[in-house]
Amino acid sequence: MTTIAQETTLTRRRRRWEALPYWLILPTVVYLGLFFVWPMIQGFGLALRDEDGNWSWSAIDTMVNDAAFGKALSFTFLLIVVIVPIQFVLALGMALLLNARLRGAGLFLYIFLLPLAISDLAAGIAWSAIFTERGYLNTILEGVGVLQQPFIFLDPTSRTQLVIAVAAAEIWRSTTFMMVILFAGLQGIPKDYVEASEVFGAGFFQRVRHVILPMLKPSIQVAILLRLIFAFEVFAVVIALTGSGATVLAAEAYKWQVTNENEHVAAAYSVVILGLSLAAAAVVLVALRTPRERRLR
Amino acid sequence: MTGLPRIRVGRALAYVAALAISAFILAPIYLITLSAFSTFDAVYDYPKNLVPNHLSMESMNVFLDSDGVTDSLLRSVYVAVITIVACLAIGTPAGYALARFSFRAANPFQLALVSTRAFPLIIIAVPLAVTYIRVGIDDTIYGVAMAHIAFTLPLTVLVTASVFAGISYELEEAAMTLGCSRLSAFGRVALPLALPGVAASAIFIFVTTWNEVFAAALLTLRNRTLPAQMLAALDTSPLPYRLAGGFFLLAPALVVIFFIRKYLLTTWGRVAR
Amino acid sequence: MAEIRFETIRKTFGSFAAVDGVDLEVKDGEFMVLLGPSGCGKTTLLRCLAGLERVDGGRVFIGDRDATDLPPRRRRIAMVFQSYAVFPHMKVYDNIAFGLRMQKEKKAVIDDRVRSAAELLHIEDLLGRYSSQLSGGQRQRVAVARAMATKADVLLMDEPLSNLDALLRLEMRAELKSLLQNLDATTIYVTHDQIEALSMGDRIAVMNKGRIVQLGNPLEVYDNPADTFVGGFIGNPPMNFLDAEVVANGGAVIAKVSGGSFELPVEAAALVRHDLLLGIRAEAIRVETTSAEGLVRAKVIVLEPLGSHNLLTVQCGEDTLKVSVQPDLFPQPDSDVWLRLEPARIRWMDRERGTAIHTGAEELATETAIVIS
Repeated sequence: MTTIAQETTLTRRRRRWEALPYWLILPTVVYLGLFFVWPMIQGFGLALRDEDGNWSWSAIDTMVNDAAFGKALSFTFLLIVVIVPIQFVLALGMALLLNARLRGAGLFLYIFLLPLAISDLAAGIAWSAIFTERGYLNTILEGVGVLQQPFIFLDPTSRTQLVIAVAAAEIWRSTTFMMVILFAGLQGIPKDYVEASEVFGAGFFQRVRHVILPMLKPSIQVAILLRLIFAFEVFAVVIALTGSGATVLAAEAYKWQVTNENEHVAAAYSVVILGLSLAAAAVVLVALRTPRERRLR
Repeated sequence: MTGLPRIRVGRALAYVAALAISAFILAPIYLITLSAFSTFDAVYDYPKNLVPNHLSMESMNVFLDSDGVTDSLLRSVYVAVITIVACLAIGTPAGYALARFSFRAANPFQLALVSTRAFPLIIIAVPLAVTYIRVGIDDTIYGVAMAHIAFTLPLTVLVTASVFAGISYELEEAAMTLGCSRLSAFGRVALPLALPGVAASAIFIFVTTWNEVFAAALLTLRNRTLPAQMLAALDTSPLPYRLAGGFFLLAPALVVIFFIRKYLLTTWGRVAR
Repeated sequence: MAEIRFETIRKTFGSFAAVDGVDLEVKDGEFMVLLGPSGCGKTTLLRCLAGLERVDGGRVFIGDRDATDLPPRRRRIAMVFQSYAVFPHMKVYDNIAFGLRMQKEKKAVIDDRVRSAAELLHIEDLLGRYSSQLSGGQRQRVAVARAMATKADVLLMDEPLSNLDALLRLEMRAELKSLLQNLDATTIYVTHDQIEALSMGDRIAVMNKGRIVQLGNPLEVYDNPADTFVGGFIGNPPMNFLDAEVVANGGAVIAKVSGGSFELPVEAAALVRHDLLLGIRAEAIRVETTSAEGLVRAKVIVLEPLGSHNLLTVQCGEDTLKVSVQPDLFPQPDSDVWLRLEPARIRWMDRERGTAIHTGAEELATETAIVIS
């Protein structure tokens, strides 16, 4: 039998040992506490204070009553409504294509993954070169005879056109992001289910609808959730493509901080973005929830 | 396989679709590269030249000679290096802890890291800008780096955790029975095997920080990184300048993606789930 | 000197006691097998000896040193893991040399030892390869060579043959046994395969639910099981157990089972009870085709011709038994046979506790071939 002294040494050594993982995560916890959690709390504080440091709704008032607020809000939502569904279908298609193991799949893989490296600013610049009046799209359309003269794609007075332009750039840039998540989910679907459905006579689209999509639900949930969250932060691509023709929430935050030097309203905008992100997250989590009994594992 | 139809028509359609999407993705990249490597005037031409038969470094040179451009390029590099080194130094131990130990804080910790994705960088950037001014480090690359580290640290921890989890602990145990201490078993066995995954992680970080524009633009005035510089100059700069700059924003990241394409699908997908 | 002593070892995971009070002494140079089903604690016990798990109670002695608080590298052990754990980022040569390099041996010594270990395991021409270029069997040899190169006092093996296919396992078993016989090291070998245990060990410690239920040499464990668990776990087919009672009738001692009764020698009088289990091995039951005194009747249900012998499944009253007969006897299904249950080969067990009752009249099978199908 171990003596009491021996037991205590064992326990002490075990306790010192069990503390090791906590030491390993400490730097991360401290850093994120200082540079993530604390600023976020400060952000709320800033939004709820005025220039003199007193608690006040003035920042929020200013923000809400600013004409640009409504415009930014509606443009942001408009973008989301247009972009996310199209992206989802496209991302699913890309994921299925990659999964089909076509010849040259390696090359397709590299190409499909390229947009991940592209910042929204670069995307904005590239597509402005395409959409601009003396740009590439007009060159091509006139060249093949569809147009007789250059078309103004980036008409600052037409909201619809601006939405389409930004949507094109965003779809181009960030569909891959969703594709990666869906593709990973596809890998997790056991072949047997799909092959069984094939044996039972399901055609391609039926297979997708009745077998693949339901099993892909968790990945779809994650993909849409993350895409929505990023969509509320959309920033540089809008500025690059529309100049001052349209604005979004993040651009307003930037404007208030840098141009108007009012960090309170800027913080108020960032709180709105945060709130919308969290609300969207909650909606997606509830709407696409898989009840326990119907989960794969 | 998810079973794209094996019949010829279906397969042909699949190829067409894949090619169409590839063309869609490659076209803007091609065009912007073309523009960046054309003469200053050619940029204003209409109709535009679609073929690379008049390549020139003129636009590029105009861009690089412009005020502050090479500096901003360098600053982007500095920020990237600092962010990568710091992120790996802070995040790798945490990733190892998550992978190897089961401790009570592990699940909440992991959950917290995953949920940081839901918080936009914007809500951190604004207060940080205020704090930096108060503390006196505003308008420095260190300020930007610190914000970027906060932004990329969670994913780094999760990715390195995934990497270490994929390395069988038995290998380290075997090393320990052969004469290694825990630390030297980690250094001689786990670390070398983790290196490819850690390298991939470093590249994720690089791409993120190279492209990040909001915080970089918010936190700097004179000491801008490349994206911040580009953003500020969007209204005032000539078109060739913008296009050349766009090319510089794209190019390094494109090269780098080539090297880690395999990792992107496994680690990203695994972490995101 | 490398004898090993476990003193009341206890290891818990949460509320689950993987090892629940184990005492064991292993002699210097002995080949001790820890045998049991999955979850019985044998691997945990081995890992406690290696220092890869910290014990929650008790002490471990290696040689004359108390090794309980020592890290693995100070225990002078070498271990072969079930998954081999061959380092993928090093060549085979560097794998085998690893332990020696940690000991800071001279280059010439290392080279010599690596090559002789490789020769012993017949992998000399694989020295320049990486683990991914090797087959499972080859990787296993590397793992063994790596452990042997260190010339440690104690060699630990955790189910080294489990991941090999059946034919390879048979070959490696013989090869390993011959190799280890020439070694001075004390070897502790963990397996769930009772055939490996019987064929390789000097002594076998049969474990179940965290405890050692029987310790003995292979023949003892096979033919004199300490309880129904050991009898059922060891041997193929498992030992037959029938509900039985022993009564005294006049001067005779009678054993009664559901299919009949037969006489026991007078010395068995001490056994007279109602709550017994009669344990007997398939090959210890003699089969007659005609009825006679002292035989128990049974009906054949299945006949499996296995080449070296035939295995019968018979119904004897309410009990189902497995019986081995010589290869030229083919009692057909539905026919009757008469069984002689040799008293000296019967192992009596307490029905309620399942533990053996020793009458002193047991005779170990010296000539019986331990038949493996």
